[in-house]
Amino acid sequence: MMKVRMVADLSRLPAHGMQSASPTWWGTLAFMLIEGTGFALTIGVYLYLWSLAPTWPIAAPAPDLGPGTVLTLILLASVIPNYFVSKWAGAEDLRKVQIGIVVMAIIGILPLIVRAFEFSALNIWWDSNAYGSVLWLMLGLHTTHLITDLVDTLVLTAIMFTRHARNSRRFGDVQDNALYWNFVVITWLPLYVCIYWIPRL
Amino acid sequence: MSGDRIAPDTRDDQLESRALERQLAKVWGTPSGFWGALATVDHKIIGRRYIVTAFVFLLMGGVLALLMRIQLAQPEGRLLGPDLYNQVFTMHGANMMFLFAVPVMEAMAIYLVPLMVGTRNIAFPRLNAFSYWIFLAGGILLWVSFALNMGPDVGWFAYVPLSGPQYGSGKRADIWAQMITFTELSALAVAVELVVTVLKQRAPGMTLNRIPLFVWAMLVMSFIVILAMPAIMVASSTLIMDRLVGTHFYNPAEGGDVLLWQHLFWFFGHPEVYIIFLPAVGMVSAIVPVFARRSIFGYLPLVLALIATGILAFGLWVHHMFVTGLPRLGESFFTASSMAIAIPAGVQIFCWLATLWDGNTSLRTPLLFVIAFIVTFVIGGLTGVMVASVPFDTQVHDTYFVVAHFHYVLIGGAVFPLMGAIYYWFPKITGRMMSERLGWWVAGLVFVGFNLTFFPMHVLGFQGMPRRVYTYQHDMPWAELNLFVSVSSVVLALGFLLFFIDAVRSARWGAPAGGNPWNASSLEWATNSPPPSFNFASIPVVRSADPLWEDPDVLMVAAGLRTDRRELIISTVTEAQPQARESSPRNSIWPLWAAIATTVMLVWSIFSPWAVVWGSIPIAIALIGWFWPKGDPEDE
Repeated sequence: MMKVRMVADLSRLPAHGMQSASPTWWGTLAFMLIEGTGFALTIGVYLYLWSLAPTWPIAAPAPDLGPGTVLTLILLASVIPNYFVSKWAGAEDLRKVQIGIVVMAIIGILPLIVRAFEFSALNIWWDSNAYGSVLWLMLGLHTTHLITDLVDTLVLTAIMFTRHARNSRRFGDVQDNALYWNFVVITWLPLYVCIYWIPRL
Repeated sequence: MSGDRIAPDTRDDQLESRALERQLAKVWGTPSGFWGALATVDHKIIGRRYIVTAFVFLLMGGVLALLMRIQLAQPEGRLLGPDLYNQVFTMHGANMMFLFAVPVMEAMAIYLVPLMVGTRNIAFPRLNAFSYWIFLAGGILLWVSFALNMGPDVGWFAYVPLSGPQYGSGKRADIWAQMITFTELSALAVAVELVVTVLKQRAPGMTLNRIPLFVWAMLVMSFIVILAMPAIMVASSTLIMDRLVGTHFYNPAEGGDVLLWQHLFWFFGHPEVYIIFLPAVGMVSAIVPVFARRSIFGYLPLVLALIATGILAFGLWVHHMFVTGLPRLGESFFTASSMAIAIPAGVQIFCWLATLWDGNTSLRTPLLFVIAFIVTFVIGGLTGVMVASVPFDTQVHDTYFVVAHFHYVLIGGAVFPLMGAIYYWFPKITGRMMSERLGWWVAGLVFVGFNLTFFPMHVLGFQGMPRRVYTYQHDMPWAELNLFVSVSSVVLALGFLLFFIDAVRSARWGAPAGGNPWNASSLEWATNSPPPSFNFASIPVVRSADPLWEDPDVLMVAAGLRTDRRELIISTVTEAQPQARESSPRNSIWPLWAAIATTVMLVWSIFSPWAVVWGSIPIAIALIGWFWPKGDPEDE
């Protein structure tokens, strides 16, 4: 072993960092980059198949606008309570975070109910043709994200009512979860355009 | 110090060095025994497992290669029938790419990157444990299927329609696709860990321009993994859906397209080459300055070359598709970008040559492999520039010329540096030196055996011998060269055999290495060999790009970390200014349960789409168990 010489004292650093000083924040970003690439490629597949097809949609009426548009509005509106949950978590205000995360858990369930109607509003099955396949792929992929974020939020909601809640780590988790929800909302917007509006061009 | 108990919140500078090491070993150690081994999250133990497992797959893939060489040694060979031969070459390619090359490179990073940036564990160590189990499960899936005569037989890139529902009957193509899911899942997990480790866990003072080039290479590689591997996951998932639930992504009769597969596959597949190659050049950049006894020449251009290669890697995929009748303008663009990538490759070669030229070079085994690499890789790079040209590529496409080319770049460009890296870091990992005498024999046999095996394949390609034929007739002019190639492959195999013998022998009886046997300059050499569970008793502080050459006897460190929990330093991305004393997760068995649940779901989904629904429930339970706060000091 080499001899050591102390040249810095780090004892006063915080025992946990928030936001960009926290590895989980960076990990969340990295996973968003992975999944964002997955969404982008799926859109690429859609555009590629569209570019080959003589007519689009293939052998089906365009999807009904109703459920998809309602879902889009819910998701856009959810960004507002989501912002406040994240803000309260940053201020480590447990009472408000508890209320906010329950609201976000309920808001996480709503789009799934609407989503169930969205699949039948597509007016085509996944095994009808390639157009139907890619529509179901896009909707399925995004639904997976809605479900995983909901489960994540529910577990976090439960934790926020236990003795583990009063801890800056948990507040960081709430912030990261809010960040991820924004990602789920933002990735939906180009999918919405592809699924509902490109067939109407 | 009396007994084992220390007061809570005791800091490292409040203990004398013996007591500090004892305390840190207690907090960071892996308990002995079966459960301890399964629950460990120590990056060194997991990295070692990854390396050993990947080399076992190399050995098995090598045996397949020898079987093919026996089969092709003479016309009308009878060792393997056409069906088995299809499985063997598919297994060889898939195994070497997905179970050896990518994992072994990531494995070296898992072991070395945390040590080289001066931290105590990789970021997300439980994810790291999970990734190893998933990788192992994917490898077992592939090889067990092969043993059951269910091995994939559609080539390592599984082109549709051959792999689609119409021609690929049975479950062979599904096995391939799901093996992809396993290995890419594990690779993506490791990439995220590496990115966060490099960006946020560097030792105080390790600014961007002091990061070792090996670490830079691994960082760029991780970003390529993150941006490229989703493409193969989309591809393999849609292929399975076409086969299992009747989607039509690749069915032209219903608006699908077979070339879509090639685009998706090669959007991943070409960057894949750089996922393997960039870590290898990182290894070369680590080895060259140590044996030239001077700092690397051209640090900045080398970093820029790594990044440029990483970006250009995404603009090359169509050069695998030159014979598919794409528009002329597109082909010209991809020819230009394929040739452009020779520029960063050339920059690196000249920087290494300059370092060796100016240095006081000592020719030890690791450097020997580097020289073998430079020679071989330059040849492989030149044939690469040749096949980047559309008319030339059209002539040799799907012939043995291409087989020769990619073995030159993959074995010459990646395996040679990897073997040099094993000779170089073996003393750090095991505490013992490998044999210098055997090392020269290994390098000689492998280099000569490799060139005698693969150079004639260029000629076979010119003579029109196609890839993937299980045999050829007497009236073809290929018999003599094929026999020569097969005999030469025995020399190559002997080289590898000697390498394995040396590694196993040295791990037990090699000469003790000490902390820094090569007198190298990076931080992994500042600790014991093998390093203790906590890597560094005190976190190092860095003030130059070659910290151990500043003052070889004294290591500058930071003090003030807690010793009653696993603690490390989080620092800023560019300047590496300390931001927080962050905790690092303890050992946990949950990653293993999560990996088992994931494996059940993925294997089941080969047979039924409902697996995705029901199989997800145990995964969710395992993940909740994994992340539920345990109230330990690490949670404070």
